[in-house]
Amino acid sequence: MSDGTGPRPDAGLAVQTEGLGKTFGRQRAVADLDLAVPQGSVYGFLGPNGSGKTTTIRMLLGLTSATSGTIRVLGGAMPEQARDVLPRVGALVEGPAFYPFLSGRANLVRLDSGDRRAPTSTRRARVDAALDRVGLGHAADKKAHAYSLGMKQRLGIANALLMPRDLLVLDEPSNGLDPQGTREVRALIRSLADDGTTVLVSSHLLAEVEQMCSHIGVMSAGRLLTQGTLDDLRALGTHRVRVLTPDPDLARGVLTRLGLVPDGSGSPALPASPDAPDAPAAPAATGSAGAVRVEADLGVEGLAPETVVAALVAADVRVRGFEVAGASLEDRFVDLTGEGFDVAG
Amino acid sequence: MSPAEPTGPDAAAASSSVPGAAAVPARRGSGLALLGSEVAVLFRRTRTIALLSALALIPVLLAVAVRVATDDDGSGGGPAFLGDITRNGLFVSLTALTVAIPLFLPLTVGVVAGDTIAGEASLGTLRYLLVTPVGRVRLLLVKYAGAALFCLAGTLVVVVVGAIAGAALFPVGPVTLLSGQTIGLGDYAGRMLLMALYVTISLLGLSAIGLFASTLTSVPVGAMAATVVLSTVAQIVDALPQLSFLDPWLFTHYWLGFADLLRDPISWSNFADNALLQAGYIAVFGALALGRFTTKDVLS
Repeated sequence: MSDGTGPRPDAGLAVQTEGLGKTFGRQRAVADLDLAVPQGSVYGFLGPNGSGKTTTIRMLLGLTSATSGTIRVLGGAMPEQARDVLPRVGALVEGPAFYPFLSGRANLVRLDSGDRRAPTSTRRARVDAALDRVGLGHAADKKAHAYSLGMKQRLGIANALLMPRDLLVLDEPSNGLDPQGTREVRALIRSLADDGTTVLVSSHLLAEVEQMCSHIGVMSAGRLLTQGTLDDLRALGTHRVRVLTPDPDLARGVLTRLGLVPDGSGSPALPASPDAPDAPAAPAATGSAGAVRVEADLGVEGLAPETVVAALVAADVRVRGFEVAGASLEDRFVDLTGEGFDVAG
Repeated sequence: MSPAEPTGPDAAAASSSVPGAAAVPARRGSGLALLGSEVAVLFRRTRTIALLSALALIPVLLAVAVRVATDDDGSGGGPAFLGDITRNGLFVSLTALTVAIPLFLPLTVGVVAGDTIAGEASLGTLRYLLVTPVGRVRLLLVKYAGAALFCLAGTLVVVVVGAIAGAALFPVGPVTLLSGQTIGLGDYAGRMLLMALYVTISLLGLSAIGLFASTLTSVPVGAMAATVVLSTVAQIVDALPQLSFLDPWLFTHYWLGFADLLRDPISWSNFADNALLQAGYIAVFGALALGRFTTKDVLS
């Protein structure tokens, strides 16, 4: 691959692929992938099981060769410049893996001793610091086979943190962790990102990605369906208008006249409603009695939300609340990847 | 030296072809840390200790068996040198080596060499070593060095434990060589170490075969079995007169040729031929292992 055909190096990107593809036999695992992970971002790499996330990560790290396309990680071509690139990358790939007959600490020492740039003199201190950072300090001398899945996951993350890294690639980092551990991992990723580390985190859990990522890329069946900032992705979807009013029928009439399709009978917008957090700031509690939420997709081209409000008011609908909401990320995800539960072949 | 000119490790970092500030200095270690770690992991492992203990049992069992059956003069068959043990305990080492070479040593070496890459792959640690990054060539070299060291350790265990068991159970005295001269204990100890070296070298070709087999699979047992089976097949072929034209090319051909080291002057022809043959096997199977491993998709 000559420089002429490779992606033009973009200093602002920590990971950049162009036309990346991988074929196993006749099976195309990844095709035409143009990944762009900006420096300093927390990039959520989303996709259902079997969509090619891990295969992509393996190619980024030089574990697997690409069938086509080019890869730049931290500015260096992979896998050609792996010796210079990989010491700056911490990785958790397809679950943690350790020597079961060694202690957690000995496992980290073993892997660290493979890194020629990791100073021997600070090895012990760095290993202990990494263990403490993931909350394994007290279990450091237990054999790894005695670790629970969550502890192994933490040890895997500790391994990625043995040296200061410019990029962390974490494949399903909260797999097997309890809710407490999941929160800790999220906090850890945020604190690393605050220090300027770029984090590429793959997940099939939307809520998790939504909570910690600034950017997002969605894969399905080996292709990248979309990528951008979280807000970009949210904005892509159809918006919904929600009207809180004691005059639901009147409101529905207005919405229908505007070309919208209001939902069924509307739900009472009482604080006990399970949707309460989503509901627009309720008016005075006394006034909310009898108010009902009427919703509709804002699916008409060129129809501005303020036009809807004006029309409602003009028709004497008592508007107690009005909200324009982007589709939930989950809706977008399912729109993009399909509803099916089957693992992509 | 101009102060403005970066030198040493910093220069390496500055001249790194990767743009962007390197977070860590580009210090190039010798890679010895990994070798040290490999040796420590290998020899502290329960399995390795069990293998070495099994090898140590061979001379012990041999010596005890001969001692218990001491009425029998032992000349009626059995492995070479067996009958000499009652007269001189120092022959226990020699007899034990002769017994261990066809099966037990290749078995243990097959386990260790077959496990080199496939073992890491089956644990999943291979991918973490590679992204650390341990270069694939470096990993192969370190793994092979570990296996070679095991060959030496296994052979030494048989020789040393044999000498101890022999000295404990039988009289020890000056040794009569195959060529008739008698040598003292010091000279004999030197020759025993030479023999251990000979046997170690004999096993290096098999280790290279095991290393290659280990790059072919992520199931360590498969690579181990393949290696052990090959060593047995080679010995069978070596024993068939119809296939004698193959003999000089079989890595097992010189395995029992160490008796030449018990002549005075020492006949080095087997030693040299064996070393050359093993070097050839190392070159061929080392190259195959490199070719396979450096292009392999690591999917485990």
